[in-house]
Amino acid sequence: MSRIGVFTCHCGENIGATVDCAKVAEMCRAIPGVVHSVDYKYMCSDPGQRMMQEAIREHQLDGVVVAACSPRMHEPTFRRAVSGAGINPYMCEMANLREHCSWVHEKGEATTNKAADLIRVLVEKVKHNEPLHPIKVPVTRTAMVIGGGVGGIQVALDIANGGHKVVLVEKSPSIGGHMSQLSETFPTLDCSQCILTPRMVEAAQHPNITLMTYSEVEKVDGFIGNFKVTVRKKARKLDEKLCTGCGLCIQKCPNKKISDEFNEGLGTRTAIYVPFPQAVPNKPVIDMKNCTFYKTGKCKVCEKMCPTGAIRFEQEDELVTLDIGAIVLATGFKLMKTDAFPEYGYGKHKDIIDGMQFERLASASGPTSGVMKRPSDGKEPKTVVFIACSGSRDRAKGVPYCSKICCMYTAKHAMLYKHKVHSGKAYVFYMDIRAAGKDYDEFVRRAIEEDEVKYIRGRVSRIYEEDGKLIVMGADTLMGGEPVVIKADMVVLATAVQSNDRSEELAQTLHVSYDSYGFFAEAHPKLRPVETNTAGIFLAGACQAPRDIPETVAQASGAAAKVVGLFSNEELTREPIVAVVNRQAAPVYSTCTGCFLCQGACPYQAIEQEEIKARDGQILMTLARINPGLCQGCGTCVATCRTKAIDLQGFSNEQLYAELMTL
Amino acid sequence: MAEQFEPKITAFVCNWCTYAGADLTGTSRIKYQSNVRVLRVPCTGRIDYMMVLKALHKGADGIIVSGCHPNDCHYTSGNYHARRRWMVFKKMMEVMGVDMRRITFSWVSAAEGARWAQLVNEVTDQVRALGPYTAFRQVVGAGVE
Repeated sequence: MSRIGVFTCHCGENIGATVDCAKVAEMCRAIPGVVHSVDYKYMCSDPGQRMMQEAIREHQLDGVVVAACSPRMHEPTFRRAVSGAGINPYMCEMANLREHCSWVHEKGEATTNKAADLIRVLVEKVKHNEPLHPIKVPVTRTAMVIGGGVGGIQVALDIANGGHKVVLVEKSPSIGGHMSQLSETFPTLDCSQCILTPRMVEAAQHPNITLMTYSEVEKVDGFIGNFKVTVRKKARKLDEKLCTGCGLCIQKCPNKKISDEFNEGLGTRTAIYVPFPQAVPNKPVIDMKNCTFYKTGKCKVCEKMCPTGAIRFEQEDELVTLDIGAIVLATGFKLMKTDAFPEYGYGKHKDIIDGMQFERLASASGPTSGVMKRPSDGKEPKTVVFIACSGSRDRAKGVPYCSKICCMYTAKHAMLYKHKVHSGKAYVFYMDIRAAGKDYDEFVRRAIEEDEVKYIRGRVSRIYEEDGKLIVMGADTLMGGEPVVIKADMVVLATAVQSNDRSEELAQTLHVSYDSYGFFAEAHPKLRPVETNTAGIFLAGACQAPRDIPETVAQASGAAAKVVGLFSNEELTREPIVAVVNRQAAPVYSTCTGCFLCQGACPYQAIEQEEIKARDGQILMTLARINPGLCQGCGTCVATCRTKAIDLQGFSNEQLYAELMTL
Repeated sequence: MAEQFEPKITAFVCNWCTYAGADLTGTSRIKYQSNVRVLRVPCTGRIDYMMVLKALHKGADGIIVSGCHPNDCHYTSGNYHARRRWMVFKKMMEVMGVDMRRITFSWVSAAEGARWAQLVNEVTDQVRALGPYTAFRQVVGAGVE
């Protein structure tokens, strides 16, 4: 007969205000097998856990149900606590009275009864729990960082400096990300490339870092400590070992009118190109879509010019499979395109640009060498309107969230413009100024007070072209909604930060959760911000939510610390929630009939065929056997098995049917 | 006036999407009807539909089966197996004369706290309108365990 203890937590008022915990504890005393049932204000507190341990010893409990918050929150806490009192941690289960009951229902008898029901279900489960022991698995001490922006570079450097190998995968031809496109950074106005490029070089030269640029993650198998990642190295059409980065091929390429992605379409590049002069690695790629040779079969000028014979027109994509212990996602963001705004002309006016295009106009390495020239006619804009919250905090645009960086970069843009065009006029339309951060508000004040940027609180309803001017129709809500009309030469939209292209696809490849906007979901919004729900996969930067540079770098170092911590273990322990095929004495051996339907259902190739042989070597039967190192415990094989020969530890048929019997 | 019938709803949910989604409903303090009792399994692929029948037999008036959206399964493909089995199970139940308005198959992700509340309320209202599900229990008979 089981001796089960039930511990009902009030969680302060969180459960206690809605559920009558004392009554629940009393009701639980009536459940057969429950020998001890109490309620307490904070079960997870030190005295709470101690009380539980004393009760386990005093009442010789062999199973425990903690009725408190979600097991996703505190199951490890209470399993550790019960194991401290000498019983197997897997003899402890949690009933979710908080997230699934007290927080979602009104106070009353029905809610209290539901709480008792939830406990009853788990008590029946615990009666059928078996002591389990964690599975030990080795750790591959190599990390993979996906995304080579400032966040990814920081993660890679921190892990590499911690003494571990890192593979840094970047989809574009160079690392550097969005930060390499920026002109100056807020709130210090230091040059973005000047602070970033040394980091890029450091990452490239670090003995522990392997760069894989122009590469994308194609497939991820395995689990924490033991991932197998397949990376597609896209064909640069170039032998990187031979290329010296002299740039002759780029100079001689006849195809010079291709819209330049790095300059956000404001400049041009050649078909064989490096994205920007400080690119790391400084090796060109051939853009097959625009290369004359791939279009017409003739040209090959670059091949003729190359002094080292490095061009390889026939080169194909290469798939590389790597053993990886931990993965950090740092894939960044994208900006909403200006064509999402019908009210501002669907991106058709050349002089209505987005924030990133303004960065390129202001950048010394940009298409205008940092001189303020508007895109349409190259004239110096005398009046510039900046519109914050273009798309952000706008449900109609599908972006109800704040993009976080726009208030600051808009102030920076207005300031940079005023520094370059002293006589110019800068207007900013804003909803609120959100400048929380070290020296941030001071920075905005500086734009307003020293640089005389005119801030207007209100929205812009329409922009249209008239006599070569952009007519900006807005309202000043601090003047009672007074209409404001500004004749501008250029308009800069601070468009919304969105999750990067294909981020949902990547999340599905890695089996991590993502929110409805495509941002990757952290394991806990407050306490586990750099982890995902998939063990061994971590997050850094704007792939999780809109972030600025300091936050991205801080989160990157946080993720790196998690990886280094993980790699400090000789081996990892894994939850013993794995499937097993039953085995019996000869001549039955097992109820498994060897149909191997399970093999087809298993997503992890964890099911092997095991031959049972007689003494003379004759094969008597072939049975399924589950490799506990590969099994992840989904239980799909269990439901597939016709003869119920497979069961899942921790969620066995006995346990689940016992739970059902309480209904 | 007769007291309102309160149906028993049993929900089979996966640990990674719907259970987490239901946790989010709680964290967001979105209220829903208290008739549902959740049974947590690692993945919808783990669900043997015999369990659903057992729940109906043991007194459930309505059933929810919910896991990760297609493509989002924590275990790659468990939800596809669940869906495939569900299609067969549904056909078989229809032939057997089980009222399929009693059993709802759905997807709720870890980010869809509000969707979980909506699903529970919809199912609860529907099953309440249908009344107690005695037909199944009569057919199966009291002696079968």
